[in-house]
Amino acid sequence: MNRINKKLQEDKKLLSIYFSAGFPNLNDTVSIIQALEKSGVDMIEIGLPFSDPLADGPTIQDSSTKALKNGMTSEILFDQLKDIRQTVNIPLIIMGYFNPMLQYGVEAFCAKCQEIGIDGLIIPDLPVDVYHQEYKATFEKYGLINVFLITPQTSEERIRYIDSISEGFIYMVSTASVTGSQSGFGPEQTAYFKRIADMQLKNPQIVGFGISNQETFNQATEYSKGAIIGSAFIKFLASNPVEHINDFTTTIRP
Amino acid sequence: MSYNINEKGYYGEFGGAYIPEMLYPNIEELRLNYLKITEDPSFKKEFDQLLKDYVGRPSPLYYAKRLSDKYNTKIYLKREDLNHTGAHKVNNTIGQILLAQRLGKTRIIAETGAGQHGVATATVCALMGMECIVYMGEIDIARQAPNVARMKMLGAKVVPATSGSKTLKDATNEAMRDWINNPVDTHYIVGSVVGPHPYPDMVARFQAVVSEEIQSQLSEKEGTTKPDYVVACVGGGSNAAGAFYHYLEDTDVKLIAVEAAGKGIHSGESAATSVLGREGIIHGSKTLLMQTDDGQITEPYSISAGLDYPGVGPMHAHLYKSGRAQFMSITDDEAMVAGLELSQLEGIIPAIETSHSLAIFEHKTFNPDDIIVINLSGRGDKDLQNYIDYFKL
Repeated sequence: MNRINKKLQEDKKLLSIYFSAGFPNLNDTVSIIQALEKSGVDMIEIGLPFSDPLADGPTIQDSSTKALKNGMTSEILFDQLKDIRQTVNIPLIIMGYFNPMLQYGVEAFCAKCQEIGIDGLIIPDLPVDVYHQEYKATFEKYGLINVFLITPQTSEERIRYIDSISEGFIYMVSTASVTGSQSGFGPEQTAYFKRIADMQLKNPQIVGFGISNQETFNQATEYSKGAIIGSAFIKFLASNPVEHINDFTTTIRP
Repeated sequence: MSYNINEKGYYGEFGGAYIPEMLYPNIEELRLNYLKITEDPSFKKEFDQLLKDYVGRPSPLYYAKRLSDKYNTKIYLKREDLNHTGAHKVNNTIGQILLAQRLGKTRIIAETGAGQHGVATATVCALMGMECIVYMGEIDIARQAPNVARMKMLGAKVVPATSGSKTLKDATNEAMRDWINNPVDTHYIVGSVVGPHPYPDMVARFQAVVSEEIQSQLSEKEGTTKPDYVVACVGGGSNAAGAFYHYLEDTDVKLIAVEAAGKGIHSGESAATSVLGREGIIHGSKTLLMQTDDGQITEPYSISAGLDYPGVGPMHAHLYKSGRAQFMSITDDEAMVAGLELSQLEGIIPAIETSHSLAIFEHKTFNPDDIIVINLSGRGDKDLQNYIDYFKL
């Protein structure tokens, strides 16, 4: 069984952390992942930086730009991660835009992920239909779970369709926004979280965008299986050493 | 083989809508409605009326006698430079603002590089009394001050794009992010035949008035609707899409797309996407784009701000790959000289973008009885400072 599915069966709210590989320094990737696992994080999204990250707000854009300046590439990331499974056991997901994967070769990219022990991918600009028709078989061949996003604007019909194609969890974008662009959830979000929970989907949902502290983590996970933190963690990394990552995690989930 | 778009939103293998889920409802709303709205007689009537009374269409098809004599062939210029706001861009912004109104949108966003599309958008927003926000790279704002002032005078808010390379591609990213953040009340007026389906097709249809007019004007002057060649410059490719549109499937008419070679194709400072680009995804469309081996989008260069886009629209990627259009590349220097030549032979100062199309005669010889239509996509007022600096006028 894929590590993601196994993790989703655990009886707890999951905390997932996103960071941009190659930030703040090119070779921080492995130590960040190890420190995150040690601090009790349940799942990690490793951001493969892209020059034009459409769905991201300023924090993640800037960290991507910095990572690219530091020299990060798909090849280097794979090289950094080649022995990661000797020390890390929690699910690892690569999150990145489609063009770098396309240039690497989708099949070669998936094969490399399997070889390293990556469990899933999140590709915001790979549409569900294109995935379904052209790439699903390849992802499955290499044991990778592809995670899709839904937003408050996604129709019920489309959510059902996405649920039918998904085999891990659904990434529930909390608001109509890019990453890192809001503070706190209002009644509108809570109603949306509840509406989705009431749909009784086969895949659990993990909420992302707008989660930055214990309060928002608790709000986001009231009706869902877990939550993802990105921008807030990147801000932390920009001004704190990797050795202090435990301090960040314990403020979210003491 | 068809050279126009298929029912799935692709030109051959290029096009589609590679967008994050956050944009799906907006794009889907457009996709489901754009043909229904734009083919409605009341829409057509209003669009045609505005093109006539407000833009000043039809734009003349002018036989350039002295230029023709010099190159010993027959050259016609399609005078899009005489449109209101000085370029072909306004054909599209008129169409899209009418569409936005019918979709019930109240807020307009746009991206701009040199500022031509920004000005054309700000213009139609003023005309319709709609809120207008234009994203423009911080670097472009600094080098295109007159157009920034025009947009402000027209009531638009100009927002600097400070991410990435701070130019057109980043302004486009920022506009898309704005749209993600404002999915309900906002329409995004994309300025070229780029972006996710249905934008390339929609913009091409609004610009198609150019080739529609060429057909009837040429028929009057030459007794045929078909020139031997249609020539247009390509950045994203909207003026070329308009000039080619009604000739796409008629292979008797040869199409020439002219790209900016900048300081030379292999100088590292170029925007010749057909030569330097590879297949990939930019701004939601599968097309040819300039990128690193690792798939990062690179920054192009041209003296002409309207041509330095790292991709081309999917229609042009298909025209290139299928061989339907011939692609030529013209350097900064060649374009500047051709712009000066047109000024002095015909009394028309062209935009530097357009000057690239005029420079092909140094590379390609035509027969004396060939009929060549060049889309004179814009006028050179905005480029005067560049011409002054270059020729030390």
